[in-house]
Parts: sequence; C-alpha cells; structure tokens
Amino acid sequence: MSTEVPHAEKPAQALRVPYKAFTERDYLELEQDRIFHGKVWAYVALEAEIPEPGDYKSTYVGLSPVIVTRAEDGSVHVMENRCAHRGALVCEKRHGNASSLQCVYHQWDYNLKGELNGVPFLRGVRGKGGMCKPFDKSQHGLTKLRVATLNGIVFASYSEEVEPLEEYLGPVAVEIIKRNCRRPLKLLGFQRQRIHSNWKLAAENSRDPYHAGLLHLFLNTFGLWRNTSETASISLDETGRHCLLRTETHADEEAAEHADQAQHAYNPDFALRDASVVQSRREFDDNINLVVLSVFPNLVVHQLGNALSTRHVIPISENEFEMVWTQFGFVDDDEELEQLRITQGNLIGPSGYVSLEDGDAMERVQRSVTHDEDTKSFMGMVDQNTRSMDYFATENPIASFWRYYQEVMGLDSEFDIPGQDLAAAGSR
Amino acid sequence: MANTNSLLEAKPPWGKEDQTWAVRQRQQFEVEQLLYAYVEYIDDDLLEELPQLFTEDGSYQVISKENVDRGLPAPTMGCNNRNMLIDRIISLRNANIFSEHAYRHVLSNVRVKAVEGDELLVQSNYVVTATRNDGIARVYSTGKYVDRIVFEDGSPKFKQKRVIFDTHLIDTLLVRPL
Repeated sequence: MSTEVPHAEKPAQALRVPYKAFTERDYLELEQDRIFHGKVWAYVALEAEIPEPGDYKSTYVGLSPVIVTRAEDGSVHVMENRCAHRGALVCEKRHGNASSLQCVYHQWDYNLKGELNGVPFLRGVRGKGGMCKPFDKSQHGLTKLRVATLNGIVFASYSEEVEPLEEYLGPVAVEIIKRNCRRPLKLLGFQRQRIHSNWKLAAENSRDPYHAGLLHLFLNTFGLWRNTSETASISLDETGRHCLLRTETHADEEAAEHADQAQHAYNPDFALRDASVVQSRREFDDNINLVVLSVFPNLVVHQLGNALSTRHVIPISENEFEMVWTQFGFVDDDEELEQLRITQGNLIGPSGYVSLEDGDAMERVQRSVTHDEDTKSFMGMVDQNTRSMDYFATENPIASFWRYYQEVMGLDSEFDIPGQDLAAAGSR
Repeated sequence: MANTNSLLEAKPPWGKEDQTWAVRQRQQFEVEQLLYAYVEYIDDDLLEELPQLFTEDGSYQVISKENVDRGLPAPTMGCNNRNMLIDRIISLRNANIFSEHAYRHVLSNVRVKAVEGDELLVQSNYVVTATRNDGIARVYSTGKYVDRIVFEDGSPKFKQKRVIFDTHLIDTLLVRPL
C-alpha cells in the first residue's frame, strides 16, 4: 500500500519549449520584427545618463543601433543610429555631448531631434554635381522612435499602435518603478556582461524564482538566508509578459539578524569576516528588500537592499547577448548611503555574490542545446490559472513569458502550452 | 658607485628625499616581486595566499575604465579592507558556482610613478587569458593596475590595489580576483 502523498488536485500541466528558439537565426530575425520593432516599449536609458542638453547615448533596441539624446529644449529623443545617406553609424561613441549629430563620412548633419540640418555640396561645386532636385530635407532625417519616460527611465518604441507606457507596464510595474525611482536618480556606474547564450535565457532567468536559493548559494553558505523571516510574492500582469518577484523581511529584526547571522553562521568556518555587504539601511516605507521586476522585452528593474539598478538586455546574435547593469542612487543620498549602495553592489552584477552564477547557467543551456534542436525543455511547475503566487517553487512566470512570446510571434503550434497533461506530453 | 653593503642594508620606507639610483633599483625589484606574487597566486590557484599581500586596511577594487573615465564610483568587485577580500575567496571556494577556468596573467610595464611619503604609487599593465574546459585560451581581460604599495616589517604590501580594466565587457562572469 503506497504511503505517498497524492498529487495536488489540479491537472498536471507542463510547458515544453523547443530549444531551436534559442539557436535558430530565424527566431532572432522574427523577434526583431514582431517584438523589438513591434508593439512594445523597450528600455534604452536612464534620464540621468543624458542630463544636459546635447548629451547623447548610443545603445540598442534589439539589434538596431539607436541614439538617445537630450535636445536644447530639454526634451528626450530616440532615433536610429544610421545615417540617412549611406547607412554609417552617426554616433560611434557610447556617450558624449554635441550641439548636433554629424556623420563623419560625408558630414551630413542632424539636430538633436534627428532632423537633417544640412548636407555638404548640396548645390554642387561651381555649378557641377550636387544633389538631385527636389531634395526635401525633412524626408531624410534619422528614423525616429517614440519616447516615453517614467520616473527617469526612458523607453522607446517603433510602434504607433502600442498602448501608452503606463498601460503597457500595468499598475504593479508602474508602482514599483515609482517606488524604486522615487526621486531624481544619480548614476553610480555601469557593469557590462557578455553572455554566450540566447537573450531569452535571460528573460527566463529573471522570471525564475525556483533557481534563486538553489543556484545562488552565497546567502545559504554564510548563514544569511532567513526563510522564516521573509515572505515571497510573485505577480504577473494581465498579459503575463511582465513579472514581479519580491521578498519582504521583518524590518525590526533585520539589522540585528544580519549582524547576528554573520557571527553565528550554520558553519562557523563560513562566517563573513566583514558583513557590510549585507548590512542595509531601511530607506523605503515598506519591508521589501528584494525586487526583480522583469519588463518585456528587455528590462529588469532591480533592488537588493540598498543596491538599485536596471538591467538592459541587448541581443547580439542568436547565441550571444549583452547585459548592461546601470547602478544608481539618488541625487540627495548622503555619503554614507551612497557608500552602502556601492558596497552592496558586490552582491549584484557580473561578479555579484548572488548573481554571478546566472551568466554561467545560461551558457550551460546554450552549450548543450546547440545540437538536437528539435528537443524541448520540460517545465512541470505550471498552473496556468495563477497570476499571483506566494511561493517560489513555480514556473508560472516562465510559462507566461512563453505564452505571450508565442502569441506575439505568431507561432501557434510551436510550443506545448500548459493544458496538455503530462502523460500526453510523453517522453519527447 | 653605491656601496653594496649599504644597498642590502637599506631599509624601507624610502621617502621622496632619497631617490638615488640604488634606491630606485631596489624599489623596482620589490614592487615587481609583490606584483609577480600577486598574479602567481591567482594563476596557480593559491588564492589563500593572496590576502597576506595586502595590509589589514588594504583595499582592492576591480573597476572598469569606463566608470573611472566617467567619474563613476561603482566597482565590479570592491573590497574595502582585507577581510572583504578574504570573504571573496571563501565565497569562491565554498559558495559560488561557476564553470572551470584557468587564468594566466602577463604583466608588464611596471613603473614606480611617484613616491608619496611611505607609499609607492605603481602602475603596470596586465593581460589575462582564461582557458575554459574546451581548452581554448581567450583574452579575458586587459587593463592596468594602479597600486599604492607600503612596507610592513620590510615586506611590500598593497595598501590600495585598483584593477582598471579596459575590457569593460566581462565575459560571462568574474569570480576570481583579477
């Protein structure tokens, strides 16, 4: 007679994602069209990166190079970084300040809104050569993207039809952005990571609460993980494309218990000699000490203690992407708080105590799925009816991402969406 | 010609006032030995030997040239004292998970740029290759070391070590001191 605990009453569900979504160039090309140039708002910058008129930053939306500028009148603009003439990069530097944007090749000159100012030798030289007529300068500017900002975060879109930014984000994401970026931001630094895997593995990773305590062992090892004093919460927006993971701690215990844990770890050999990396000051009105807000398609808004950052995902090819962490504080931080943010920066980024494993984990997937591309992953911790969870052992957020991806890409039967029972999914 | 005995007996710290040829040779030798030990301990995976090359309050910072040039303070790895460096090593050994890799440093251009009281300001270049278990050596990082070196009981130690990396794209992850 079996003494096994019976499975939960809801039907078994599983999601199987074909690995070719990570390895085939076709998916990347279609993503450019349907996602990055589609009805999305893509993260491009913090306003704090372009504070003064004339400031510019060059970056990417998907594979497309773009420029983010602050015009003379203070407005923010985003345009393609491609000369309207013969396609050269207009801004080669990552950031700078200029009164106009000039392509070095033939000195075609654009204003900070991307409009064409002038073209050398438009009328030829001594009556010979020159531009064909009629030449309407307004038709030859840099391709503009729409811009929307929220609390100092700059988004851009190729789409005329995408809903307004706050509607696109949904109320939960808007609230978190307003919380994390509640005052004027001050840049603290950039961390850039080159990861040899498909960008969608990063989209999965930031929506994966299951792996946190199993891959990132720093907190467990040093006796700093306090499951009993933290409550986890996960919420998905209506579309399932955005995901908020957060944990709350009990503030009155927090400082004492961190200091205490550092001294009295489970294994005294593994006590931190200097616990300042995990000592944070309470700065928010709530008890939330961890926020991982994934905003489709290319942004994560992150808080860990006092370490605040955005993560920008930039696809390079089907098997490579760049992750840019932008660390920030607030203009009115006192020196001690700024120092806390910098010290706690040791927890995040490409060498972060609780984040460095991610780059490698994503690459391990890419390294193994490069062949046998018709095989699929298996994710069985899925309940498609739940948008809100207070437990970590779930793959709902990843499943939601793929459901939305499938819909937006127009790939009807590519993925086995939840609803098929495990027996039918079989042993493929 | 300097007296050989007095050169051997000359004891640090050497101040600005004494920058004779013999002293400068000795300084060059000492700082090179410290730097060579530093990279050797990393490359040969003798990380537990690394902290002794730092003073107790010695800071260790790995920061991108991009951030330094832009006046931004956030390092990739920032140890404010020797204990934090020890924590990094213990974490690497016992907590962090990463794929196998071996570093090999090539160090050059070691130069004492200034002597400020007890401190020697030393700059050098490095190139680090990383070999993963596919056996291919790739340039993982290149940049410069900008260090403040002092002498404790006659031994040179880092009071401040800054690794300023040009290769501001970290390849996959950084777990090991650079």
